[in-house]
Amino acid sequence: MSGAGAPAIVVDHAGQSFGGRVIFEDVSFTVATGEVFVVLGGSGCGKSTLLNQMIGLLTPTKGRITVGGHDVVARVAAVRREIGVMFQSGALFGSMTLLENVMLPLVMFTDLPARARAEIARIKLAMVGLAEAVNLLPSEISGGMAKRAAIARALALDPPILFLDEPSAGLDPITGAGLDRLILDLRATLDCTFVVVTHELQSIFAIADRCVMLDRAARGMIALGEPRDLQQSSTHPTVRAFFNRDAQ
Amino acid sequence: MTAVRLEVSNEGGGTVISLAGPLTATALAPVWTRAVDAARRAGDGLAIDVAGAELVDTSGAALLLALERDHPGRIEWRGLGEKPTQLMARLRAAVPNGVTAKVPARTVTRTSVWQTFLIRVTFFGETILATLSLPGKLRFLRGGNFFRLVERAGTQAMPLVGMMGFLIGMILAFQSAIPMRQFGADIYVAALVSLSLFRELGPLLGAVILAGRTGSAFAAELGTMVVNEEVAALTTMGIDAETMLVIPRMAAAMVVMPALALGVDIAGVLGMGLVMMILGFPPSAILNQIQMATGPYDLLLGLFKAVVFGAAIGLIGCRAGLTAGGGPRAVGEAATSAVVGGIVVTILLDGLFAVIFYRLGL
Ligand SMILES: Nc1ncnc2c1ncn2[C@@H]1O[C@H](COP(=O)(O)OP(=O)(O)O)[C@@H](O)[C@H]1O
Ligand SMILES: [Mg+2]
Repeated sequence: MSGAGAPAIVVDHAGQSFGGRVIFEDVSFTVATGEVFVVLGGSGCGKSTLLNQMIGLLTPTKGRITVGGHDVVARVAAVRREIGVMFQSGALFGSMTLLENVMLPLVMFTDLPARARAEIARIKLAMVGLAEAVNLLPSEISGGMAKRAAIARALALDPPILFLDEPSAGLDPITGAGLDRLILDLRATLDCTFVVVTHELQSIFAIADRCVMLDRAARGMIALGEPRDLQQSSTHPTVRAFFNRDAQ
Repeated sequence: MTAVRLEVSNEGGGTVISLAGPLTATALAPVWTRAVDAARRAGDGLAIDVAGAELVDTSGAALLLALERDHPGRIEWRGLGEKPTQLMARLRAAVPNGVTAKVPARTVTRTSVWQTFLIRVTFFGETILATLSLPGKLRFLRGGNFFRLVERAGTQAMPLVGMMGFLIGMILAFQSAIPMRQFGADIYVAALVSLSLFRELGPLLGAVILAGRTGSAFAAELGTMVVNEEVAALTTMGIDAETMLVIPRMAAAMVVMPALALGVDIAGVLGMGLVMMILGFPPSAILNQIQMATGPYDLLLGLFKAVVFGAAIGLIGCRAGLTAGGGPRAVGEAATSAVVGGIVVTILLDGLFAVIFYRLGL
């Protein structure tokens, strides 16, 4: 994409271990501004762990990560102003309606009048296709809607970088494809960089500009590049097997 | 970040609203209401000039759409770039038949009551709070809902408090009347029971009820939030979860606890009075005994202890919840440790108070 600008994210030899158990090591890549970058790999390989490092919830045991030009450990507060996060479970606040969920960051970080906050939150929910559901509680909506609402909440303050952890996991293929379309649509309307964790092959081909593949056995990354290139020319057996699943 | 500038001017009979600077959620606050009012009042021939807007994000587009909706006539857009035009078209399509921005009733009352309360608290409390680290984090209290917490921890506990207090008062009176009658001292039962209620049993029983009902609820609630990644979500939004979740709960427990203790006191005295009347003492004799044996500060001492117990139980409940681990058992374990921890700490504190009050001769 816009190769000229500064990279949105730089991951430099990041590693994580929990009490001596190494999850991954030597993970390095750069996410360009405006790009849709996918982190992929089998479950348990450390995708969410890597994501947690990038959003400053987990301090990397090795290496260094910068997001929006800020070091995620030293300048975590600055990083948090640059990012919106959709967690794997959605993590909506159960006691609040969808509108109130999206309004919360606006309540906390702006002095907008209540009416303006509601108006902005409503627009964000409309943008993800939930215009009719604004007054429902998280317990009253489906899994796909919860992920959409969580995306709307992540967008509340229009952050330049969005992190989405498994937006289509656990959903039926049709709903999952709908979320892929939403991501493409948001990407077309907003000036945003997307980091998306997923293990769905279809999603990767639908949305990814580039991707990094983690592997549990290798305890690190085994591929980095555009999905088509990886499918056609990777020599790593796991990568080949993953990208050519449909062909077999 | 530079501020948004709003200018409303007249141009050949029509109104021109000019917006300059970054049109983003964090910057829009000072101009939103004025801009919407200007658009609403403007007659035919309104022009909106956004040539000076450096950046229009979705929140900025939300304002422009609100102007468009609230203005009765047509709008001439000036200097609206290609990107914002697209964004607005996209949002118009997403919002069914115009943007209907009705703040839901629940939010209106909750926010406004809470905010007026907050203004008062900040007004009186700013000087006190300045010594703590709170002022920088005060905004995070906006997400709490203190009154709902007070209602659940206090008002809804009152029937249980009344029943327990009444029964304990009756049982104590009855059990002590039997041996004391042998010495012809059974009238002193009124003094004995009311003194122990005011100084000890009121706060203690209230604390047990608070730990069982509310401490466990705090732990379960916050524990569920941890397990559902809601606390992580707050943290990544830059919201101080401790301030937003713990302080209102602790404050609610501290406010509610003296009321619970007082409830036990009153119900207990009534229960004791009933037994004494059954045993044949007239109400005036019972009241007389209570007055002679207890002073206002026995009551106040008990209520003071209650506030401290409330703080401890609230804090322990929240701690237990926020430190919940993963897995299906985490929430249950958090609730258990909140109740056990709350009761144990209450009794330890009570012992400490006994020593301190004895030393001070209270
Ligand atoms: N806080 C933690 N403490 C110990 N182990 C953890 C922690 N978080 C994640 N793990 C382990 O790290 C591995 C990778 O987890 P995760 O990043 O969630 O995988 P996924 O790729 O499915 O998102 C798992 O084996 C998990 O058990
Ligand atoms: Mg995961």
